[in-house]
Amino acid sequence: MKERRWIYHLVQLAFVGALLGLWQFVTANGMVSPILLPSLSSSWDEFVDLLWTGSYLPDLEVTLYELVVAFAIAATLGCMVGYLTSRTRYSVRVFDPLFAGIFSIPTILLFPLYVLFFGLGAGSKIAIGSTIAFFPVVLNTIAGFANVDQLYIRAARAMGASGPQMFWSVMLPAAFPVVITGLRLGLLLAFLSILGSETIASLAGLGHRIVTYAESMDPAKMFAYIFFAVIMAVVLSTAVNYLEARVKRGHG
Amino acid sequence: MKGPVISPGYARLLIIIGLLVLWEVGARVDGDPLFMSPPSDVAVALVGFLSDTAVLDAIRTTLYELVTAFLLAIVVGLPLGLVIGLQRFARGSFYPIVLLLYAIPQATILPLVILAFGIGPPSKIAFGFTHAVFPIIVTIVAGVQNMNPTLLTAARSMGASRFQVFVNIVLPHMVPAFFTGMRLAMTADLIGVLLAELYVSQAGVGHYTRLFTESFQPAKLFAIVAALAAIAVCLNETFRRAERHMSRWHD
Repeated sequence: MKERRWIYHLVQLAFVGALLGLWQFVTANGMVSPILLPSLSSSWDEFVDLLWTGSYLPDLEVTLYELVVAFAIAATLGCMVGYLTSRTRYSVRVFDPLFAGIFSIPTILLFPLYVLFFGLGAGSKIAIGSTIAFFPVVLNTIAGFANVDQLYIRAARAMGASGPQMFWSVMLPAAFPVVITGLRLGLLLAFLSILGSETIASLAGLGHRIVTYAESMDPAKMFAYIFFAVIMAVVLSTAVNYLEARVKRGHG
Repeated sequence: MKGPVISPGYARLLIIIGLLVLWEVGARVDGDPLFMSPPSDVAVALVGFLSDTAVLDAIRTTLYELVTAFLLAIVVGLPLGLVIGLQRFARGSFYPIVLLLYAIPQATILPLVILAFGIGPPSKIAFGFTHAVFPIIVTIVAGVQNMNPTLLTAARSMGASRFQVFVNIVLPHMVPAFFTGMRLAMTADLIGVLLAELYVSQAGVGHYTRLFTESFQPAKLFAIVAALAAIAVCLNETFRRAERHMSRWHD
């Protein structure tokens, strides 16, 4: 099986290599307007320059700040509301479909309104990010706490567990993996919606920078920032996937 | 077990009505009419839309973009998902690439899509398509993978041809996953199309959302958001029902 994996990686490398080769070939021969697609080498130079000079730092700082605050709000509110809802089966049946229904509405449509309320700066991004991230967190918290195996609860009760003991030793460990999945989804959704809203209307941040370079017809710099944002996203999602797996294993 | 006084459905309805009343009172008593408008005004604006051809056209444009992108995503995503799910070689080599592409935050390439396809509907269709195609591929791959291997072995041992296995076992077993994929794709499609419309457009719901916001007409703004939210909920509910209906024979 080992050689097989080797071949897979080879094919993947060849595929990516072919794409990059095509990019360089097409742009070097002037088959595509350089405004639409800058040459691979110039984009790469800009990217290296970006990393060297650290000019990404202010924008990264803004985006990360928005993400952290938005996620903190969504996680706190989502877990609290979710836990309170999960306390009785009746409230789960009332609220769970309500949250799920709102979650299916594309909240990004509210963004212009958020800009009116919270301004063009970080406020509107934090608001939209936390609104969107709230729903997966609350839905998974409800699912986690409402579906704890009744056997555990009955056993703990029979052995005389107190309220806090019940929460810390039975409910929380049993619900934890599901809640963690909700937090991961929330974080990634918040990141995506913050980047998206920065693209639409903003003063600073990674999405803002990409749009600025697109509109000032500086495509090589735009691509450099796209690379950067994509790498950030991949790093972020790999990190949270890894964390989630670690936490779940520790709990299994 | 003491039973609740009212059924959960009614309780939910009451809560929604309560929130609307709260909103109405709040907006009437202490609301800047440039930013906020009470639900009764929104309802009036919503009725007004029925005779407003410009807004109806916008909704039609957005629906056209949504549906075109969605169909394209199915036409491209379904065969890709099947090939990647069924062929070990394709799965090993190309699935990681698909997952990597899926992980890219597509908002970053939005300016690029506009540069390439212009500010009209094609760019919205393209952006909706890139949002919708990945959920379809990924759910179909998962659906094919989760197929009970005993069925395949049994069919093969009874001498079914590859084609027979595909038509009689793989396809029917993929239906629930396909519907899940379509539901997720529709949600993603909506986000893609609306994001592109909000970024830059001359028509469509996103365009009017911006227009109503910037000209301080909150009643119309809330009304168009409500209309689109209703469409989104209906689409979602349709796919969810179909999904449940289609997977009933299963297990």
